[in-house]
Amino acid sequence: MREILIISGKGGTGKTSLTAAFSHLADNKIICDLDVDAPDLHLLLQPCHEQEVAFYAGNEARINQDGCTGCGTCAQMCRYNAIRQENDRFTVDPIRCEGCKVCVSFCPEQTIEFPEKHCGTWYVSTTRFGTMVHAQLFPGEENSGRLVALLKNEAKKLARENNIDLILSDGAPGIGCPVISSLSGANFAVLVTEPTPSGRHDLERVASLCDHFRIRSGVIINKADLNPDEAAMIEQYCRERNYPLLARLPHDPVITEAMVQERAVTELGETEIGREIRQAWTRIEELAG
Amino acid sequence: MIITVASGKGGTGKTTVTASLATVWDAPLQVVDLDVEEPNLHLFLWPELGSPAKAWMEVPELDAEKCTGCGNCVELCQFKAISMMLSTLTLYPDMCHGCGGCIAVCRENALQAGRRELGEIRQGRAGKIDFLMGTLRIGEAMSPPFMEQVKKQMQQTLLETNQDVIIDAPPGVSCPAICSVIDSDVIVLVTDATPFGFHDFKLAWESFSPLGKPMGVVINRAGLGTRDIYDFCKKKNIPILAEIPFDRSIAEAYSRGRVIAGVSDELGTVFVSLREKIRDLAADSGKEVSHA
Repeated sequence: MREILIISGKGGTGKTSLTAAFSHLADNKIICDLDVDAPDLHLLLQPCHEQEVAFYAGNEARINQDGCTGCGTCAQMCRYNAIRQENDRFTVDPIRCEGCKVCVSFCPEQTIEFPEKHCGTWYVSTTRFGTMVHAQLFPGEENSGRLVALLKNEAKKLARENNIDLILSDGAPGIGCPVISSLSGANFAVLVTEPTPSGRHDLERVASLCDHFRIRSGVIINKADLNPDEAAMIEQYCRERNYPLLARLPHDPVITEAMVQERAVTELGETEIGREIRQAWTRIEELAG
Repeated sequence: MIITVASGKGGTGKTTVTASLATVWDAPLQVVDLDVEEPNLHLFLWPELGSPAKAWMEVPELDAEKCTGCGNCVELCQFKAISMMLSTLTLYPDMCHGCGGCIAVCRENALQAGRRELGEIRQGRAGKIDFLMGTLRIGEAMSPPFMEQVKKQMQQTLLETNQDVIIDAPPGVSCPAICSVIDSDVIVLVTDATPFGFHDFKLAWESFSPLGKPMGVVINRAGLGTRDIYDFCKKKNIPILAEIPFDRSIAEAYSRGRVIAGVSDELGTVFVSLREKIRDLAADSGKEVSHA
């Protein structure tokens, strides 16, 4: 089974638009949106939810006021400034609580509760391009890495049950927790960048992350004609570091047009960018083995 | 006054807005790049930076000779950072959240405070502006503990000076984004009018509203996409502070590392007006605006 992941370091480079196009082009796959924080792929694929499951992860401390003597041990031991004191009353600020259980364990009165936390919802859905696994973390919640790991497991399970050979995933921006979790076990990472100082800088960081975890990767330069010199520098970087250049796509408002029509750009008939994306996909399939 | 420039979706123009706002700000200013996973502000403001200072967090270190294998630390740890295999304790420092619980619970003093590198903090100056940025170490999963340390540095500078602060936040609506807006006086949400931009803007608005801070919107690439964002802001009474038109020449200027407030007089005026509207928003909020 192959896992191909689309990431970018920097947001707004076109990851999701490209993932939608690849979902249209690829045969026999499970589609995953691993950007559980701010997912967008569903806006293009209009999934019909077949299964909807609450996601619980971690715990949250809650002080039971009846037993609390106001000794303040919890506030002294909390490293996250999550315990608030007003007069003799201690409460937990849920936004700052890390769920580390230190206050629970050290409370002399054993009066701090530690319920599980409902952090979001995940779905298995049908789309016009096949089965999709996706989620929405509640705004402001943590544990995105765990939710990403869960989605990947579910996708693998579905793929095995249905003899499907490919998992195609849209990743999150950045290089932190959810991205690291997305990379685990992936066969190939498609790095989408744009010819801007930020695009190049973030590409270098996310490519280093892939190297760090020994994941093979290739690069797509989106909006390449916006700044041909910067695009040439990115190409040079790819040659030096042996990252295959998968495509140079033009800056084309048809991408936004497709987004407004809620379609994949390759569904809009013959366009230059559509042809380039098809070639890139063929190349990715070869490289991902 | 601390202003945080945030957005749900990446690539909407947070850094563009932060850099432009910084160049038109007419009072002593500190800018902070808190997008530590992918800091970009220095690529536009070209600060002269001092040497980097490494930031660390506390993680446990084991003195195996003292460990009796009681397992109290394993039981306490909520982050799978300690496990017991064949009565030998194994630590996974990358998983540790630094709560200190294992060290506190160990009766034999077998666990002591060690450290894990989180990233590098740099300070410097871009013209008259104090500049501060953090760069997360490649492979480090947790950005909030590192962001807290960058913020501590920011507070330190604030104690010594009486400046305003503009923070460039990471994208998204989960812990790193919350960490960057939580101590600010005003939140400026940057979005574009595309369906993706609008969808993620709504998430960000939902996520930050409970903090009760004055919030306003900058619409980037205005004219592209749909009118949904305008209808939503009207319905929810969210002020639109500025609109930056969709124009290929702006995208090209950005791609050359230029601060777009300097690209034309019209754009300069947009950011001067944004500056004034942010001040009005802070004043109107009815709260005393002070340094946190």
